[in-house]
Amino acid sequence: MRTRFIATTSDLLDQDPRTALVLADISSASFAPAATRHPDRVRNLGIREQLMVGVAGGLALTGLRPIAHSYATFAVDRVYEQLKLDLDHQGVGAVLVSVGASYDGSEYGYTHFSPGDVALLDTLTDWTVHVPGHPDEVERLLRAAVARDDRTYLRLSAQPNHLPRAEDGRLQVVHRGSAGVPVVVAVGPVLSPVLHAIGGLDVTVAYTHTPRPFDAAGLRALAGRDVVLVEPYLAGTSSRVVAEALTDLPHRLLALGVGRADLRRYGSPGDHAKWHGLDPAGLRRSLVRFLR
Amino acid sequence: MTDTLAPLLARLTGDEKHEPASESTVDLIWALYDRVLRVDPARPDAVDRDRFLVSKGHGPHAYYAVLAAKGFFPESWLDDLAGPDSRLGHHPDRTLIPGMEIGSGSLGHGLGLAVGVALGLRAQGLPGPRVYVLLGDGELDEGANHEAIAYAGAVGLGSLTAIVVDNRSASFRQDLVGLFTVHGWTGTTVDGRDHDRIERAVRGHAPGRPHVVAADVAGRP
Repeated sequence: MRTRFIATTSDLLDQDPRTALVLADISSASFAPAATRHPDRVRNLGIREQLMVGVAGGLALTGLRPIAHSYATFAVDRVYEQLKLDLDHQGVGAVLVSVGASYDGSEYGYTHFSPGDVALLDTLTDWTVHVPGHPDEVERLLRAAVARDDRTYLRLSAQPNHLPRAEDGRLQVVHRGSAGVPVVVAVGPVLSPVLHAIGGLDVTVAYTHTPRPFDAAGLRALAGRDVVLVEPYLAGTSSRVVAEALTDLPHRLLALGVGRADLRRYGSPGDHAKWHGLDPAGLRRSLVRFLR
Repeated sequence: MTDTLAPLLARLTGDEKHEPASESTVDLIWALYDRVLRVDPARPDAVDRDRFLVSKGHGPHAYYAVLAAKGFFPESWLDDLAGPDSRLGHHPDRTLIPGMEIGSGSLGHGLGLAVGVALGLRAQGLPGPRVYVLLGDGELDEGANHEAIAYAGAVGLGSLTAIVVDNRSASFRQDLVGLFTVHGWTGTTVDGRDHDRIERAVRGHAPGRPHVVAADVAGRP
């Protein structure tokens, strides 16, 4: 996904003079050719994430469409107030693109984890949040985001699904069970493990790469009594929007995702998926227990 | 200035806590709007205007009074500071006030935004407008400023001028101009009540280097 992000952004910089890129050292070497071609619109600020968002806000105030990029924990967690005030409060937009996700940098430990990024952005106003599950989705989503003027968060992951999915942000049924069976909503790169986990279970699986705005109408059209939400970041992040979507419909909700605890462990991203119950076996255990 | 602004300032009531902050900036903001800034209340969004960003959003009464005096909005707006339907709050909101470049009040945000505005103008081939940002000496305690100071100096952002109102509000005294010049800025200290000197100091920038003016207002009426 990161490779596709770099290629797509470099092409956008070539094609659209409104596009600008602001970096805080992360990925700067990969963007060196683009910086050579567009020195005024590709700016590596050094390891200065607060400035990165401030500059993005300033660029947007002059009419440019800034893309700001870093690790999720630096692009969101560290600069929460800059996102709130330098973008939201100024009434301007930007495209914020992160790598690292919840624990892609597993060997670095908790300092480079950001399970709470989407939850933090969910406290702000009118952010579009994309969590692509495949590099092809990254390119589509990024090109569409740059063409808008809103505030968009594009959360890249190093754990892609096997296939690209939805064209837009609406829930897409990728496995249909019987009428009225539980609906499993899989967000972004958790789709592949979800599909592995449901073997033999009568459930419907719906996919989205866009948890904000959430496809409430799509969920209402699918939902039976039970809904299972599987997200690759903090468990329960989208419980609110599911509850709002189904506010007048009696339902049970199981929200799966990354736990809150700092596990103080390294290992691989796969190890962390297992420890958080997001590997196929862990997901299946949770599903079976909930649906029993 | 006094004849123009005093009656306007008197209409802004209800935020006495921030009156000293407002009082400390009144000469500076008036001198900028009266002598330096290329802005037009009839075209507050003109692409070729200078940008004046008030990062020091505490106590914006003086700023409101100057904008009203210069015709950016009706003087009647001054009579309802921070009321339920007022456009003027104790901290300013750019989306509510013509001619205001940024909303501020949480300290430490304006300089980063100003760097971005200067870069954005340069990227769009607009070398004419200058970008001015008003800071406070206490505000410079905020670390985000230092990211911007170091970067702007390193890349020689010559269209940027920072003006620091020094009313001794910082808990720990420091060399305000030195904070900038060590990173390649040009800079000077000026009497923050003397309009002629303010004008000369602000215009005293050098090509290819950002410029800082520390406006000393401590102990002055």
